[in-house]
Amino acid sequence: MTWVSDHWNEIFTLARSHVWLSGLPLILGLVIALPLGWAARRWSRIYPVLISTSGLLYTIPSLALFIIMPIILGTQVLDPVNVVVAMTIYTVALLVRTVADGLGSVPDHVLQAARAMGYGGLRRFVGVELPLAVPVIAAGLRVAAVSNVSIVSVASLVGISQLGNLMTDGYARLIYSEIIAGLVACVVLALVFDGLILLAQRLLTPWLPAQGGRA
Amino acid sequence: MIASVLDWLTSSATWAGDTGLGARIVQHLWYSLLAVAIAAVIAVPLGLWIGHTGRAKSLVSVANSLRAVPTLGLLFAVALYLGPKIEGNLAFLVPSIVVLVILVIPPILSGVYAGVEAVDPASRDAARGMGMRGMEIVRQVEIPNALPLMLSGLRSAFLQVIATATVAAYVGLGGLGRYLQDGIATNDYVSAAGGAIVVSVLALIVDGVLAVVQRLVVSPGLTGRSGGTRSSRRGMSGTGEAVAPESESLLAGQPDRPSQPAARSAAH
Repeated sequence: MTWVSDHWNEIFTLARSHVWLSGLPLILGLVIALPLGWAARRWSRIYPVLISTSGLLYTIPSLALFIIMPIILGTQVLDPVNVVVAMTIYTVALLVRTVADGLGSVPDHVLQAARAMGYGGLRRFVGVELPLAVPVIAAGLRVAAVSNVSIVSVASLVGISQLGNLMTDGYARLIYSEIIAGLVACVVLALVFDGLILLAQRLLTPWLPAQGGRA
Repeated sequence: MIASVLDWLTSSATWAGDTGLGARIVQHLWYSLLAVAIAAVIAVPLGLWIGHTGRAKSLVSVANSLRAVPTLGLLFAVALYLGPKIEGNLAFLVPSIVVLVILVIPPILSGVYAGVEAVDPASRDAARGMGMRGMEIVRQVEIPNALPLMLSGLRSAFLQVIATATVAAYVGLGGLGRYLQDGIATNDYVSAAGGAIVVSVLALIVDGVLAVVQRLVVSPGLTGRSGGTRSSRRGMSGTGEAVAPESESLLAGQPDRPSQPAARSAAH
């Protein structure tokens, strides 16, 4: 425990970059997955294509993807952009299906009612379908958040610093409490993300009773 | 850069020998298979028991919450703890395999449990009405019905092991991770990238093979491939995907599957 109190600043700095490396892809991924999920719903032929493509992308091991990224992007090996893009790919892969299924969960009679009230096209999507799909999308986002936080720690093996550094460094220098500190910090961070998404979901869906926090 | 990686991949020197690419691929598959097999021996009976009796469901949630623990930390902690206690070469192998096993118990367990749990109670009642007893119901009704989800769980477990075995090179495990780790350590980006490509392709191939197995093994009565009666499944994906494996009709009304949030709403 003394290790933790001695290195508080370092942990904080690493945690901050961990937040960036896992949080930014979460937002980017959501922004990309929304139109893709919508398209998958709109044209049923695209659905299987998008779902299987995202399944394949998610299959690629994270460490391998971090290392391949520079070839694709033309970046330096030590560029944090590699990690952000790789994590965005994973997030999109997870969320496309969730968004499509979430939009699909909006009952037909609601859509018809919206149409009868004059809602069409983009306005119906933003005003009716998306809000009703929030619970499903938020659930997917929570899964993605937890998995992002865990996967990002692997990036310390390719020299991108974040909380995973505590684990690699602790292992290299045989400092047990450093590894544990990294582990705990990651879990705490995952819980924070989880809580924030849950909070956002409550705020976005005030008509739903507050329940089912921990599924 | 791409050209030199391709050169590396196609050169015979890369593939030859005991530490060549060919041997590393075999090694990687062997570790993965070993870990999944050990985990399955533990998780499959446990999942069947939990699903069949409905007891100790909290075990599934506990196992699932383990997923939030970052792999890397778990790997290093276990390696540091177990490594010095084991003699010889096993000191590198055992901790890695232990971590891999710990990691893939949750997906297998929740796949098996969810599969059994999702079996239509009417089928179970019918089986009982026909005079079947506990084990007979498990073997002849629950397992065949649960198979799609069980296999999806095994499939994602396998992929997770392949990915994590790569990382385990850092605690001394062999396999393809060696190229990634040694490549980065020695600033030899070409072999690191080459190894990374091979692992990715390996994961894709294994996923494809398991998808085919899944198709072949699951009873046609469940997949709807036997006749034209299930045309309503248009637009839904078939037997399951790598990450979020599910077959909507079976999963509808699944109570707690945190990894598959969409399933809850898939029932129309």
